[in-house]
Amino acid sequence: MRMKTSDEDLALAAQNGDEQAFASLLARQYDRLFRLCFRLTGTQHDAEDLTQDICAALPAKLASYKRQSKLTTWLYRVAVNAAHDRRRKHASHTKAADGWGDWEINRQAVLSETADRADWLITAMNALSDDLRDTLALVLDDMTHAEAADILGISEGTVSWRLSEARKYLKSLKEKEDV
Amino acid sequence: MNDDLDDLKSQLADAIPAPDAKRRAANIALATKNFADLQGSRNQPRPMFRKQIWTRTKTMLNTLTSRGGLTATTAIVACGFMFVTPQGQQLLRGTQPAIDLPTANHELTAVAGNTLQDDARTERVAPSPIAPVEAEINDFAARQEMLALEALQAPQLQTRTQRETFAADVSDSLVAPAADNVQPRLLPEPNTETFANHTPHPLKITSEDPVSTFSIDVDTAAYSIVRSSLTAGQMPNPDAVRIEELINYFPYDYTAPDTENGGAHPFQPTVNVFETPWNADTQLVHIGIQGELPAVEDRPPLNLVFLIDTSGSMNQPNKLPLLRQSFRLMLDNLRPEDEVAIVTYAGSSTIALAPTAAGDRSTILAALTALTAGGSTNGQGGLEQAYALAEQMAEGNDVSRVILATDGDFNVGLSDPRGLETYIEDKRETGTYLSVLGFGRGNLQDATMQALAQNGNGTAAYIDTLSEAQKVLVDNLTGALFPIANDVKIQVEFNPATVAEYRLIGYETRALNREDFNNDAVDAGELGAGHSVTAIYEVTPTGSPAQLSDPLRYQAAETATDSDELGFLRLRYKTPGEGTSQLIETPFETLGAPDTEAAFSAAIAGFGQLLRDDTYLGNWTYEDAISLANANRGPDPFGYRTEAVQLMRLAQSLSN
Repeated sequence: MRMKTSDEDLALAAQNGDEQAFASLLARQYDRLFRLCFRLTGTQHDAEDLTQDICAALPAKLASYKRQSKLTTWLYRVAVNAAHDRRRKHASHTKAADGWGDWEINRQAVLSETADRADWLITAMNALSDDLRDTLALVLDDMTHAEAADILGISEGTVSWRLSEARKYLKSLKEKEDV
Repeated sequence: MNDDLDDLKSQLADAIPAPDAKRRAANIALATKNFADLQGSRNQPRPMFRKQIWTRTKTMLNTLTSRGGLTATTAIVACGFMFVTPQGQQLLRGTQPAIDLPTANHELTAVAGNTLQDDARTERVAPSPIAPVEAEINDFAARQEMLALEALQAPQLQTRTQRETFAADVSDSLVAPAADNVQPRLLPEPNTETFANHTPHPLKITSEDPVSTFSIDVDTAAYSIVRSSLTAGQMPNPDAVRIEELINYFPYDYTAPDTENGGAHPFQPTVNVFETPWNADTQLVHIGIQGELPAVEDRPPLNLVFLIDTSGSMNQPNKLPLLRQSFRLMLDNLRPEDEVAIVTYAGSSTIALAPTAAGDRSTILAALTALTAGGSTNGQGGLEQAYALAEQMAEGNDVSRVILATDGDFNVGLSDPRGLETYIEDKRETGTYLSVLGFGRGNLQDATMQALAQNGNGTAAYIDTLSEAQKVLVDNLTGALFPIANDVKIQVEFNPATVAEYRLIGYETRALNREDFNNDAVDAGELGAGHSVTAIYEVTPTGSPAQLSDPLRYQAAETATDSDELGFLRLRYKTPGEGTSQLIETPFETLGAPDTEAAFSAAIAGFGQLLRDDTYLGNWTYEDAISLANANRGPDPFGYRTEAVQLMRLAQSLSN
């Protein structure tokens, strides 16, 4: 019976304190969430960490869920916001680490280069600006432009524009590489 | 172009690794644990930082700039030089006054001043501990959310490092472990307001459940609470929003009963059916009840017992002083033959003013002015004394009323609302009415106030400003103090042939059982002189595309009638002082256009749903509510409706 209950109903039940509902909801959504996190961060390690952050805070966040929106839309919004926070944290950490000197930065650059060479596409996505990348990550997950716009809190036109920018960029990168 | 993306997608799908099974299990376990923790801990205090000596010293050192530090140390050396070395002593005593000394000292004080200021600032950030009573759940959840993921601006967390430690640790438990020199400590949640409300009425299917029964509600407390939240820059707690009280806050100009020409009843119902503003496929059934306004000169003398909470918590500008001013306003509108008494209650109750004729203003004013706040709160002791006094004052056909003014705490004695209820129910039989006036925010026990007012033949109002006092105690004095009908109940039966579904907007706390309607022993709301009461149903006509439920396959739709009526309205009420009820019945059918009054109340109903639960509103927004209310403000002599539009605007900006 439970498997047939809609995500939205499960979420409402969880809001009312039904632990069972919460567990099955999370089990159902976890893999999809992880895949989005991977696209948002680009490495397995970061994706696991981001998913952990989201899982940890999800029970408290759940109170803000309202029936009108689809659960996945809401969950993706939570994920995108969590990714933002992580990046912000990371950025301030990097800023703090600036004083360590150029040799540290060089070392990190070399490290990340070797680590990232594994997959061209992921590297390419990593090179995109955060906005373009979030948009791409969502649309690649079968989200319509309208849904992505809703999640990111921007207009549909902006989503389309960002996508074409991202495509342009990836194309140029590919051409460069083919040459 | 789309091929590009599809390409990308398939490539990426291969590149995405499967989630690590161990991490997956651990993450899910973590979430489940947090979920379980949260269930048990919503009422618990949230973790806060507590300043320690070492933290303070560190803050001081951190805020000392090198320039300030240099000045300070130089100044110390200079002072040392002055006082310790013989040369300095000579300079002090001596012929040549030290030129740089005053400057140095001045700098030193400036630095000290800065540090002090800084300390003061950080002090203010940590709220003082207050005993935890019942934390407001929604608020708490919202704060949790702030801590957990998104909010990096939680005001009480000062440096970024602290904040991050905190956000990360919330995942493990609610209490962050000691990190660095920062020791988080549990501080209780200071907000202890409770609100009385139930879940909004669900949609009912006429063929299954054609009868809806409820009691009228003329309280206005919910509107004032919403207003006080909004003007303070916060969205109100959804539980604080009782939509019927929002609607009934406004005076409406419905058709008044024609009692002079042989009209039998003291009030007149008007039913108006029109298209729902937020859904073109449904209709609103708008029931307006207008009470008669008897000539003011004919009113019987009043016996008023002010029961005033003088506990320590009342000692705030918006509580006891506002209360004094409010009662002073009211006093001007009483007649010499009315009688006033004042009972105060704190740890124990005392009679601050024995029954005094309202004409003796100076005595009453002196007693009001002498009120001071202090001590704990024993609500019931005071109530007993007030009721005893009211019974003592009653003679002839006087109307006796206890007016309870409180910030909501009944924390000594019988504080269980149900215990109080039984007591008040007993007292109701004596014919004494009860009005409850709430003051101040932060500890407002709305649930207790509601329980008292509903069971004590009375009304509850919340007074946040002097102009609200003016409305409740002066403009509506007659209505608030003179009931024209007791235990007014409304029962509507919908016709399944014309109405597929219906939904009562508001009145959640006033629902009655179907059989209670004819049972005169069941209590219901009182209608005051000149009061108007509005109830609104949203109905879906049969065959409308807005119908939310599908017809059943295995049960024949049994429609016994082919009448065109939408439904049948029944009202029951008791004339004050009588024990048996009278019945008013009228069918309603027509689909008309809304008049100004009905349209404005529909706008307020929509506004209330936006604040509470907008499941049924579709794409209807604050913008629509504002334009609908604006278009139907009518003459609005007191400016209440204009104020409502301003509140809608505020809510609109706050909700974004």
